Amino acid sequence: MAGETHEAVHRHEPPKSFIRKYIFSLDHKVIGIQYIILALVAVLVGMTMSLLMRLNLSWPGTNWPILGTLFPGGAPDGMMTPEFYLSLVTMHGTIMVFFVLTTAPQGGFGNYFLPIQIGAEDMAFPVLNMLSFWVTFVGFIVILSAIFYSGAESTVGPIGGWTGYAPLSALKNAGPGQGLGMDLWIISIAIFCVGSLLGALNFITTLLNMRTRGMSLMRMPLTCWAWFTTAVLALLSFPVLLGAGILLFLDRNAGTSFFIPGGLYVTGLLSGVDDRFPLHTGGSPILWQHLFWFFGHPEVYIAILPGMGATSHILATFARKPVFGYRAMVFAIFAIGLLGFFVWGHHMFISGMSPYSAMTFSILTLSIGVPSAVKTFNWLGTLWGGRIRFTTAMLFAIGFVSLFVAGGITGLVLGQTSLDLPMHDTYFVTAHFHLVMGVASIFGMFAATYFWFPKMFGRFMSESLGKVHFWITFIGVYLIFVPMHTMGMVGMPRRFAQFTEYEFLSSLHPLVMLVSVAAIVTILVQILFYFNLVWSIFKGQKAPDNPWDATTLEWTTASPPPHDNFAGHLPVVYRGPYEFAVPGAPNDFVMQTEPEVVEQPIAVEGEGTSGNGDEGRKH
Amino acid sequence: MATRVGSTRPAKKQGISRGGPKVPGPNGKGPRGNGSRGEEDDGGSRRLSPKAYRLAMWIVLAAVVMMFAALSSVYIILSASNDWQPVSLPRMFFFSTGAILASSWTLHNARSSLKGGRPKRYRQWLAATLVLGLAFVASQLLAWRELVAEGLYLSSNPHSSFFYLFTGIHGVHLLGGIVGLLYLLFRFRKPERWLDPEGLDVSSGAVALYWHAMDVLWIWLFLLLLVWR
Repeated sequence: MAGETHEAVHRHEPPKSFIRKYIFSLDHKVIGIQYIILALVAVLVGMTMSLLMRLNLSWPGTNWPILGTLFPGGAPDGMMTPEFYLSLVTMHGTIMVFFVLTTAPQGGFGNYFLPIQIGAEDMAFPVLNMLSFWVTFVGFIVILSAIFYSGAESTVGPIGGWTGYAPLSALKNAGPGQGLGMDLWIISIAIFCVGSLLGALNFITTLLNMRTRGMSLMRMPLTCWAWFTTAVLALLSFPVLLGAGILLFLDRNAGTSFFIPGGLYVTGLLSGVDDRFPLHTGGSPILWQHLFWFFGHPEVYIAILPGMGATSHILATFARKPVFGYRAMVFAIFAIGLLGFFVWGHHMFISGMSPYSAMTFSILTLSIGVPSAVKTFNWLGTLWGGRIRFTTAMLFAIGFVSLFVAGGITGLVLGQTSLDLPMHDTYFVTAHFHLVMGVASIFGMFAATYFWFPKMFGRFMSESLGKVHFWITFIGVYLIFVPMHTMGMVGMPRRFAQFTEYEFLSSLHPLVMLVSVAAIVTILVQILFYFNLVWSIFKGQKAPDNPWDATTLEWTTASPPPHDNFAGHLPVVYRGPYEFAVPGAPNDFVMQTEPEVVEQPIAVEGEGTSGNGDEGRKH
Repeated sequence: MATRVGSTRPAKKQGISRGGPKVPGPNGKGPRGNGSRGEEDDGGSRRLSPKAYRLAMWIVLAAVVMMFAALSSVYIILSASNDWQPVSLPRMFFFSTGAILASSWTLHNARSSLKGGRPKRYRQWLAATLVLGLAFVASQLLAWRELVAEGLYLSSNPHSSFFYLFTGIHGVHLLGGIVGLLYLLFRFRKPERWLDPEGLDVSSGAVALYWHAMDVLWIWLFLLLLVWR
């Protein structure tokens, strides 16, 4: 015994220089925070764009002097042109989907907590991890440059939406913003694909190889399962987008015709007649849609699965109950991920596909409702009869469940071909995917932020500010997106800059105003969140190692964790991740590191609440 | 026995700065993680098992396969279009195919020599693989010249686009394999690396896996261009 107790402890000291420690850091925790900062900056850009869109929709024809100064091309005399509005739609979607919903949940929180939760000192390939962030960062810079380099063309980017449908995206002369702006868009997305692939490679290898002793797959927290499944989805879907992006780039710049059909007549020019529009034959624009949505649908799950994982984790912790149906939750995550690869056609029901394929896609789409319902009922089952602690993190996790159900229900509506045909490209679709993949994912991340902030910075975020933030945001997003369903059912089309020309939509104007006011309030209240975040890093109330009485490995180490996570002593895991309300236990929870057989009372005085007090004993 | 490990551990004396668990984890010994590394852990290197590198290579290949699956689907779908004009295969492609098949064979021999403990042979077979790989790249460029001589460029027609696209993207991936081979040869030059046969086996195994996959991928693309017109 003596020899063992004196075994050398291998501390990995953090690098000393500022650049190696904070900029080109190999530490997964620093990289995770870098990803989160990237997302926090990107979401500001995306949110500003949505604000501008709301201004244009609610007060059409108003002069906004600042806009005129900032974008003399896009908003002459402060009035937005329709092209400018379309480029806002595109850039809002692109930045939000790629640089917010894909970076923060996976690259941010996944990077920070996956290694700690499985008891590893770092990711499997720290250098690749660093590269994946910096590659993503370069992608972000390129997409931002599209804002400025399309400026001369009176837009802030391409005008085709985040889906970049061909042939609009494949032809440089197809419209304003489709020149250099679109090229930059493709380059940015391609760079982003590479960064995500590097990240996915790291996540999968780390999870399969770096688990600490005793951390069997079925003892992993559900967050780890979610991040793992997300990484698999990213690994299999981003290469397809990368391939499609290369083809699109060649179509634009090398004269190929992968997505460009013959005989096109665009902006007054016939393909092949004029030097400005060379001959293209034999391509298929629908093909782009297939490739894009083969990536695009898994991407939706890439955005939301980490939120599901965090929600499960947080609900169990604050309901003081084990996750209801842990195994079912794991299989539901897998089922959602797997089915996600076979439903891309439901984005293309109106593309003229055969009714038989449409029916197949429809049935597969509706079947996703089964694992989704399994997850929802298990969340409710977790809450049922629990001694719920309504912390801000818990409120956001419950909000996630609410939004997931509210947004998911309309997925069942849109998944049916006959209903999708009239609803397609209306505000109903906008409302659906914003609720379920946008806002629900963001709520998952809010929950994760409030939950893990004490671990990341050693201080609590302000709970009172957090609760104000929650309630206004929660009511706000419903006020924004529920009326949009109505607008969609009346027939209001997406992506239109204004509706003044449409008599049949004039009755909707009060709703449009309501949505805009709700959006402005909701956006403003996010300032409170940013303030809370920054203020709490320096002035927040100090947090102990395990402030929430949680059970998983990240709570066994210090707050914030040392450079090598466990100060050289890797934990050994003896039990599952959600042992709350255990009969006979001294606390109402048992840490994963607690040995199974306890022969004597656990002496934990003076050891805080880490619940980790007995000699390590194998079972 | 009943004392808490943490209280007897000298951990706190070792200048642990901010952080560090107040109660050290129940063990600080033994194989850490699922890797095979045990007591000889020097603390400075990663504790990845050799299998992890192989696994990582499989993961990379999964991504590569997905990309080529997408490009192949594009090929198959566009081949049904009315504007599709089949182009006959450049004859150089047959030489390419021979070269890359031979390179897989030499690389296999290199791995056998390594396992049989014949380092010199290993290096020779590795060099042969590299030469064949470069010959493959050269033959691809010659095939491009053949196409150009026939007046077929990247944008000439859908089928000719795919000749350049497939060879180009496959070539870029193959260059990655060539970098891997160069790394193996370079690594061999350092005798202290040679004293680490396990490490050599791991790295050459990962490179070999990638290389063989590029071989299989080429055969697939070759057959696609040859048969599916």
